[in-house]
Amino acid sequence: MDLAGILSLERSSLIKKWQEAVLDTYPADSRQFLKKERDKFSNPVGSILENELMSLFDAFLAGPDRDKMIVCLENILRLRAVQDFSPSQAVSFVFRLKSIVRERLHAKGLEIDTNGIEEDLRIFEKNIDELVLLAFDIYCRCRQKIYELRVHEVQNQVGRLLKRANLVCEIPDTEPDV
Amino acid sequence: MAKVTTPKPKETANIDHSPPLMKGWMNTPAEIRPGIYCYGAKPKNLEAVGMPFPKEWNPEDENWKLPENWKEIIEEGFKDRLDRFRSFKLFMDICVRCGACADKCHFFIGSGDPKNMPVLRAELIRSVYRKKFTKGGKLLGQFAGARELTEDVLKEWWYYLYQCTECRRCSLFCPYGIDTAEITIIGRELTNLLGLNTDWIAGPAANCFRTGNHLGIQPHAYKDMLDFFVDEIEGLTGIRVDYSLNRKGAEILFVTPSGDVFADPGTYTAMGYLMLFHYLQSQGLDITWSTYASEGGNFGYFTSHEMAKRLNAKMYAEAKRLGVKFIMGGECGHMWRVLNQYMDTFNGPADFLEEPVSPITGTKFENAKSTKMIHLVEFTADLIKHNKLKLDPSRNDHLKVTFHDSCNTSRGMGFLEEPRYVIRNVCNNFYEMPPNTIREQTFCCGSGSGLNAGEDMELRMRGGLPRANAVKYVHEKHGVNMLANICAIDRAALPTLMQYWVPGVEVTGVHEMVANALVFEGETKRTTDLRGNPLAGMEEEEDV
Ligand code: SF4
Ligand code: SF4
Repeated sequence: MDLAGILSLERSSLIKKWQEAVLDTYPADSRQFLKKERDKFSNPVGSILENELMSLFDAFLAGPDRDKMIVCLENILRLRAVQDFSPSQAVSFVFRLKSIVRERLHAKGLEIDTNGIEEDLRIFEKNIDELVLLAFDIYCRCRQKIYELRVHEVQNQVGRLLKRANLVCEIPDTEPDV
Repeated sequence: MAKVTTPKPKETANIDHSPPLMKGWMNTPAEIRPGIYCYGAKPKNLEAVGMPFPKEWNPEDENWKLPENWKEIIEEGFKDRLDRFRSFKLFMDICVRCGACADKCHFFIGSGDPKNMPVLRAELIRSVYRKKFTKGGKLLGQFAGARELTEDVLKEWWYYLYQCTECRRCSLFCPYGIDTAEITIIGRELTNLLGLNTDWIAGPAANCFRTGNHLGIQPHAYKDMLDFFVDEIEGLTGIRVDYSLNRKGAEILFVTPSGDVFADPGTYTAMGYLMLFHYLQSQGLDITWSTYASEGGNFGYFTSHEMAKRLNAKMYAEAKRLGVKFIMGGECGHMWRVLNQYMDTFNGPADFLEEPVSPITGTKFENAKSTKMIHLVEFTADLIKHNKLKLDPSRNDHLKVTFHDSCNTSRGMGFLEEPRYVIRNVCNNFYEMPPNTIREQTFCCGSGSGLNAGEDMELRMRGGLPRANAVKYVHEKHGVNMLANICAIDRAALPTLMQYWVPGVEVTGVHEMVANALVFEGETKRTTDLRGNPLAGMEEEEDV
């Protein structure tokens, strides 16, 4: 069997391991809640992470399907961008998939070198590296968004009014000659 | 050329890609992180109201410029409050650490930071209480959950007290009714004894004390804005509304948060108030705005009970000066909590006022018998119930609306049906968010109690996640595009929250929608709502 076949056969246990690994990046005293509370409105972080990681796994194997992966990564990283993670901590979960897959192969008694999946695995891991880069771009976009919101919030609320109530007088935009 | 050896896959698999995270919070001092805390209070804002120990300070600095005897000051302040507030003493003693509240705080839910569990937030303070004020704690120390007050502990207090929006969601789930918000309130008072307020709170409080409102807007500018709204309304409806300001002898004094007058999208709500009052004039409404009591909000409440009292005093003072019969409040959250829970004992009894009676319907607001102040939403709900408003809800057909219960009006005061009743009567598309995220169980906007600054944006976004997550659900399921509320802080903070988590959802006060639907005699045909957006079916006419 090739690697793709093994991965789809092992899909649910791999996803589960990955989800656990991500939830384990949260402080020990919070994990219990993040893992156990099933109501998605009471536990949005746990539920978003679980669902999006599952979709991300599937999108990654399906092609990979870049558009879908972007959506999943956005949903995950929008979260992690406002939590207590450094940039590397926020995106490192993507790398974890490498070791999870290797550990699984090992556990199944599949020797990488002897089963001819070494090349498959090399490509798989190269794709993960690319996924990390994608994740990093998206993480930066989320951070950028926060800075924008910070700068524009007050401006948006008050600026329009001051102007319209003639309380400020700015240089008008020049109008093109007719 | 040097030989480059690429690691074998087996070797790369052994690299640990997860950098270490915080472990063992109990003995880990808080790391004051940018994006989570608000800037320290500027000395001028503390001086303006006579608060102690004004200084330039940066929470990220090692040195907080504390007075030498800071520990005594805190301990004395602590003792004083234990004596004065029985609830505080009780809350220090009776928690059994059952954990029922632990996962109910939006800041914990959104961050996963254990110190944001309400039980732990309180425990930060309780541990010092045990050490100083209980026998067990004095003797057994850490074994009894007690610890010394150190500078690190003080910093930890500060960091987490200003990560609580005093929303009281946790108290709903506590079998003993322990209200962590009250612990936060007292904890913040203690930090204020050392000049450790945030500037986002101290600034508005100082402005309010001097000028009458948070933004420091002077009377002429306040009037300018109301006049500006009058012109806007005329442009949209052809009706020139009448309003009065500081008018002696009016029957009712109207007080609303200054955010309604000066910041979008609250301004559309303010236009709604003006239109409703004008509409009711012919039915006998006699109401005045005030440039003195020009702030419904009360950032003093996020500072200390005394400061809250000082800022609140102007409402009754102005009511007395103008000789009105009762007071009506605009759409506000914490203003409502202050005036319902505290105003009577702060600055009452208001024996110079009368029990509020609607001049239009004759309804007695017995709930306000003592404070003599009602909320506009109950007044409007009563008008609708008595058929006093001609409404065309189809004018809000371009909106798919959901309602965010503000913590203060819902959990604080049980204001659950009135806003929904009004909304259902002024618009046709109303969708509730899931039951465990509304009414008493509502999730905070994440920016209340003076946390709606810019520098703590990450805190606001993570704290607002549970709320936004429920909005996202109705947005995706029903196409909801408008988030209604009756709180000025919501109107200021939720638009940003939506832009981050649920783009495509805007934010409105309820009276903006009332005014959209309100049918005036002799008005021009409306093609847009108050924001100038085309009404459903009018998109074409707009383009022409
Ligand atoms: S009052 Fe609200 S913000 Fe404060 S601890 Fe309780 S749930 Fe959290
Ligand atoms: S629910 Fe009440 S008693 Fe239980 S841990 Fe929380 S505050 Fe303490």
